[in-house]
Amino acid sequence: MKSWFASCLVAISLATPGIAYAQKTKVTIYTALENDQLGPFKASIEKAVPEAEVVWVRDSTGVITARFLAEKDNPRADMVIGLAASSLLAFEKAGLLETYKPAGVDKLKEPFRDPKEPYTWTGMDAYLGVVCFNTAEAKGVPVPSSWKDLLVPGLKGKIVMPHPASSGTGYLMVAGWLQTMGEAEGWKFMDGLHENIAAYLHSGSAPCVQAARGERVVGLALDMRGASEKTKGAPIEVIIPKEGVGWEMEASAIVKGTKNLAIAKKVADWGATKEASELYSKTYAIVAAPDVKNTPPNYPAGAEAGMIKNDLSWMAENRDRVLAEWSKRYESKAAPKN
Amino acid sequence: MSDAVQEVPLTGSLVAPRPLRIGERQVGATLVLALCAILVLIIGLPLWALLSKSVENTEGHFVGLANFVTYATTPTLVASLVNSLFVAATTTALVIPLAFAYAYALCRSRIPGKGLFYAAAMVPVFAPSLLSGLALIYVFGNQGLLKSWLMGASLYGPVGVIAAESLYCFPHAMLIMVTALALSDGRLREAAEALGTSRWRIFRTITLPAARYGVISASFVVFTLVITDFGIPKVIGGQFSVLATDAYRQVVGQQNFPMGAVVGIILLVPAVIAFFIDRAAQKRQSAMLSARAVPYSPKPERRRDTVLLILVSLVAFTIVAPYAIAVWGSFVRYWPYNLSLTLNNYDFSTVEPSGWEPYRNSLMLAGLTAIIGTTLIFCGAYLVEKLKAVPHLRAFAHFLAMLPMAVPGLVLGLGYVFFYNAIWNPLGFLYGTLAILVINTIAHFYTVGHITALTSLKQIDSEFEAVSASLKVPFWTTFRRVTAPICMPAILDIAVYVFVNAMTTVSAVIFLYGADTKLASIAIVHMDEAGAVASAAGMATVIMLTAIAVKLLHIALDRLVFGRLQRWRQR
Repeated sequence: MKSWFASCLVAISLATPGIAYAQKTKVTIYTALENDQLGPFKASIEKAVPEAEVVWVRDSTGVITARFLAEKDNPRADMVIGLAASSLLAFEKAGLLETYKPAGVDKLKEPFRDPKEPYTWTGMDAYLGVVCFNTAEAKGVPVPSSWKDLLVPGLKGKIVMPHPASSGTGYLMVAGWLQTMGEAEGWKFMDGLHENIAAYLHSGSAPCVQAARGERVVGLALDMRGASEKTKGAPIEVIIPKEGVGWEMEASAIVKGTKNLAIAKKVADWGATKEASELYSKTYAIVAAPDVKNTPPNYPAGAEAGMIKNDLSWMAENRDRVLAEWSKRYESKAAPKN
Repeated sequence: MSDAVQEVPLTGSLVAPRPLRIGERQVGATLVLALCAILVLIIGLPLWALLSKSVENTEGHFVGLANFVTYATTPTLVASLVNSLFVAATTTALVIPLAFAYAYALCRSRIPGKGLFYAAAMVPVFAPSLLSGLALIYVFGNQGLLKSWLMGASLYGPVGVIAAESLYCFPHAMLIMVTALALSDGRLREAAEALGTSRWRIFRTITLPAARYGVISASFVVFTLVITDFGIPKVIGGQFSVLATDAYRQVVGQQNFPMGAVVGIILLVPAVIAFFIDRAAQKRQSAMLSARAVPYSPKPERRRDTVLLILVSLVAFTIVAPYAIAVWGSFVRYWPYNLSLTLNNYDFSTVEPSGWEPYRNSLMLAGLTAIIGTTLIFCGAYLVEKLKAVPHLRAFAHFLAMLPMAVPGLVLGLGYVFFYNAIWNPLGFLYGTLAILVINTIAHFYTVGHITALTSLKQIDSEFEAVSASLKVPFWTTFRRVTAPICMPAILDIAVYVFVNAMTTVSAVIFLYGADTKLASIAIVHMDEAGAVASAAGMATVIMLTAIAVKLLHIALDRLVFGRLQRWRQR
């Protein structure tokens, strides 16, 4: 028994990929970027910082945040890139981020800079919560132009939105309603919306995909997903309701205690360059550098104007309270409704 | 009985084998101790690492039972608990009779195409559980082919969850029951038949009691599998919340590890109950295959075989059809608006940066897990079941072996992070490597393999050991030359089970995979999250085909090689 155990260990160590590049330093980056972004990001970073070899650990925002916090006693990441700013604010609060202000951040748009000292994170791009509306399955329900239009009885059981506790997009929408409508009005609106909700999904883009495929009529989801589903030929309208939409941003930071601090700083510098913003703009319409614009086809008009005045630290500080209230109101009624 | 024989001192001159002076008991005790140490390391400590969080607050201070009080006073709990119990009970009630009839048809009748039917029932095991969710959405979803069959009910809720869980659990139940029914003493039945006993009476008094242990085990396996599964409720549960999705929401949604741990503890309750019922049932189980047993081979019987064939065909079709549709879906350009076929969805590099790399990682993981895991599981089960030394340690090992089934993968995965990534842990170097994935996967799927091995071992009369002992043959020789060969079918079943689950598992490894060790099953989740449903179905299809290929290899091996070893069973 002992001997097979030993030989197994040998087998395992042989199976584990060895260090391939001697002179390059591996920089482990935790990310929630979309899969298809990882290749181009890696290429661009390695071009700007030739001594770095980027290795990604990618998962959804919730999973990667939970994992980072679970590992906090012995961090495995050198950097975090492309994670919701609200998560980074939580890391900052827990003292897990390195203080570093990358070169060139002062040129970026103001909301994309860490407003507080010590400076730890830098914004990359912003994403909004929009309405995907399937016109082929609407069956007479008019295309909404205001959030209130989603409360009509014809949409009962036909709306899906991301679950705010497990999806950043879900939370940014809830936070957006509460900030624009005020607490009392905001909860009243969600009470009404809840009557029409078929399910709270655990992903920020799935609701729009479901609406696009006709599984549902309305999906509240990420702006970019709406545009791309429409471009693929789905019979949907992507709508920015007139009251404005909540938003969040992706940001990057260096992990405190990294063994590769010097290289990580260079990668952080890259994150604040115009080249990096051009890369961000391939997947997000609204990015940190002021002079970069790359609006994708079928992207809703007036999106940047539709962004509400959003207080990220309000979002971070009130998250637990809002989610508890949300859970009290809507999860106790989470019995099957349809 | 064998104790008495072992205690006779070796006289040396009579039988003079190699000097085996270190007693068998000591060797046995050492091995059991080693087994316990391994199980504590791969199951006990990681669980403890997480569960100890349940009495801490999020800052890590000790708060006693405050988290449990908070949880119990949250209205969600009762709803989720009731939902979980309802779904688990319904699925068990649905699956167990069907799986028993199915296994009965495979073992005790002369229907044609048994290998095919066996394979058909195993299809859900071959596919990642996400695929069963996707498959049901393709068939019964709001844009599904057979939506009207639900008569207005929605798939997204208990209906979908029960349907998908039944698909997912059926092979697990069947595997255990086939093992229970496969070995039987033909002499009893022949005697009964010669005495003119009615078939119903034979079934009631011989077949059922013999398979009782399998039925009980299978019921608990199904019940706990359903209660702890979070993949299916997550995909098609809609608003129907269950305990496992609560744990997921607490941990992944709110980074509330203490609350996640509380739910984890609640989920452990069924396993602990299962453990004690199992012990009770075991006391009343006698060995079915005595040293003088003659294997039973069924004779053709038209009426019984026709009825069983119809039943088995229906069940097999119900299982296979949704998956076939999902496979078709993976070739469709844009469901449901553009149904033209394409291979584009299989070019994974468009939606997954490492392309086919995760698939190779999964193969490596599954291969290593099958080899190492099966060896550990079967040897472990042998030590627990057949040794007489250190009964308390063996019971402890058995308890640890029964635990993982009740632990949601998510809870186990987090436990691994907390335990293996702790600064003080000398095993920390394993973290982030393929090794930790292998260890974790073995732990995660330990229980069903353990039960399968036990079920198979229990049916071998302990007289084999007694006779060996009286011949002064040490137990490891008996193990190598008698027990392991007899159990070879069960060992292979375990290996295939572990391999396939390693290919398809998501929940535990999602916290553990490293930059170089992303797995195919995780890639599926990522593709599904990104909305690339067809590619997700495509990768799932590739996994399924791989697993089926392994199964076919298994069958071929069974026929060619072990057919010879098992020939003694036929007359």
